[in-house]
Amino acid sequence: MVTPIIRTRGLSKQYEMGDTVVHALRDVSIDIARGEMVAVMGPSGSGKSTFMNLIGCLDRPSGGHYELAGESVETLSADELAEIRNRRIGFVFQQFNLLPRTSALENVELPLLYTRLAAQERRARASRRLEQVGLGDRLDHHPRQLSGGQQQRVAIARALVNDPVLILADEPTGALDSRTSVEVMALLQHLNREGMTVVLVTHENDIAGFASRIITFRDGEVVGDLPNQANDAAAALAESARPRAADPAAT
Amino acid sequence: MSWLSTVRVALNALRVNKLRSMLTMLGIIIGVGAVITMIAVGGGAQARVAEQIRSLGSNVMIILSGSTTSSGIRLGAGAAQTLTEDDARGIATEVDSVIAAPLLRGSGQLVFGNSNWSTQIYGAWPEYFDVRDWRIVAGRGFEANELTGAAKVVIIGQTTLRQLLGENVTPEAAVDQMIRVRKVPMTIIGVLERKGQSSQGQDQDDVIFVPLSTARNRLFGAPQGRLRRVSVIMIKVAEGADMKVAEDRIRELLRQRHRLQPGADDDFTVRNLTEMLQAQEASSRILGVLLAAVASVSLLVGGIGIMNIMLVSVTERTREIGLRMAVGARGRDILMQFLIEAVTLSLIGGLIGVAIGLAGSYVIGNVAGWRTEMRPEAVLLAVGFSAGVGVFFGFYPARKASKLLPIEALRYE
Repeated sequence: MVTPIIRTRGLSKQYEMGDTVVHALRDVSIDIARGEMVAVMGPSGSGKSTFMNLIGCLDRPSGGHYELAGESVETLSADELAEIRNRRIGFVFQQFNLLPRTSALENVELPLLYTRLAAQERRARASRRLEQVGLGDRLDHHPRQLSGGQQQRVAIARALVNDPVLILADEPTGALDSRTSVEVMALLQHLNREGMTVVLVTHENDIAGFASRIITFRDGEVVGDLPNQANDAAAALAESARPRAADPAAT
Repeated sequence: MSWLSTVRVALNALRVNKLRSMLTMLGIIIGVGAVITMIAVGGGAQARVAEQIRSLGSNVMIILSGSTTSSGIRLGAGAAQTLTEDDARGIATEVDSVIAAPLLRGSGQLVFGNSNWSTQIYGAWPEYFDVRDWRIVAGRGFEANELTGAAKVVIIGQTTLRQLLGENVTPEAAVDQMIRVRKVPMTIIGVLERKGQSSQGQDQDDVIFVPLSTARNRLFGAPQGRLRRVSVIMIKVAEGADMKVAEDRIRELLRQRHRLQPGADDDFTVRNLTEMLQAQEASSRILGVLLAAVASVSLLVGGIGIMNIMLVSVTERTREIGLRMAVGARGRDILMQFLIEAVTLSLIGGLIGVAIGLAGSYVIGNVAGWRTEMRPEAVLLAVGFSAGVGVFFGFYPARKASKLLPIEALRYE
């Protein structure tokens, strides 16, 4: 059997708030295979963000077991977790989280600063990734000079730059209008078709429609885990809206 | 993360916030500038005193004629000339490891050709030049027969030489010239080296010396009885001998020679000049330390300014820290980034401060006319100290940044 990218067994997380213990996540056991595109849905407070933070190695579980690409991570030190995040995971955030007053190229280079790569190689990889998301002609632009959709594509290039096994997107279209949302989703979907595993959190049904599988959380538990039948239609729509690489008109 | 890229990231962060970086540096600039200037001023004061000690000659005491009591009225110091040449001779023979040199002070007009000049005239023994560590650069000193025979010979100081024989005369050319001292023709036999200002600011080179007997017999009138009075006796205590012991011995000897009753006031005063100058040196050193200490306080305040701004910066950039951690920065990468930012701020501030300090001490030296002395180790110390301030005050904010949890830093609004 092929090792899944994500395998959780009885994963749980509790917070102590004063005297009461809040169970943010209870006993979640999920496998996500290589090449899947999974949407995580649920109302706020359902535990979907906690789940994302745990599988992104940004937070530690209170109990249970988690393997990322066959590697057990719950016993790793903070430094080892930093390295896992650096090499294995690409993050895309709702607010883009680009460094202000810093060029697109340097923003994409950021994860590579924490590797041993030489400056020249870092630059080459970063500009290659920017070309891949269709921003090859915007290398020196600062985030303020880019539209929201372009900024999110810079963020996606940054997520891709260190060749991760998994892209985690937390409400990637939450700050975008519907047209650019479709563009960004199409880009993610395109990456998925090229073999990248993508997990995204959303509360919008039409965004979740781009995924091949939808996992629903409520009160810290998985209440639904279904393949997405509407996916084929959405994929066709996305393919038509996808910005072509190195096409300056596709903004 | 490599050193080079850490430094680049730090420099970039500083460049992005130019105004704030400049204002933060200002504290360090002022601090280092003040330290450098104050050390220069303190060093100058010390060097000045040290120079005075050198010019006086080391281990020198001076015995002045003291007060006398006449019909119950006590007259002030120097009111009567109570010291004699025989006192000096007595000190020289009976006190161990001292050189004594009596001096008879006067003044008068000198004439050479068609120029004339009024100056100090001292009657002295040859030993006087040993006491003062004062070398003769051309010609020779007094000889024994010139002293006993009241010979008409002169040893001349540099200023007097210039005033009398012209600006361009060489010491060698001056030797064997005839000048008239208070109308008495005399031969220049020696020229003294330049001594500079005394501790009271007098020009010590505006002077001529004649044998003591010549001064008494030929220049300053008839001998006053057989006591052969002198103005002062200068004493040099040999290197390594205790000046206090010598002073006590001399005091005892003079009381005995002057037949003073026990309980009567001394009719002379012994001043330990070297000791006075050393006290002055110690006080100027303390002054220098105090100045530097006060200036260091401003450096400290500058350091606190850096800490303040770095703390603000860490808070402001919490999301950036979270992002960096999410993409793989370890705690120590974040620590190094902020530490290097703080050190860069303080180091650049320190270098600018050094430039301002150098300029400041130059201005003080030239405008206020104070002597300043810049020592390279003071500059190194100030720059090193400012870097230290950066590390010390940058560490806490940097550590605070590195201890942030990535998930909380990312969510920070």
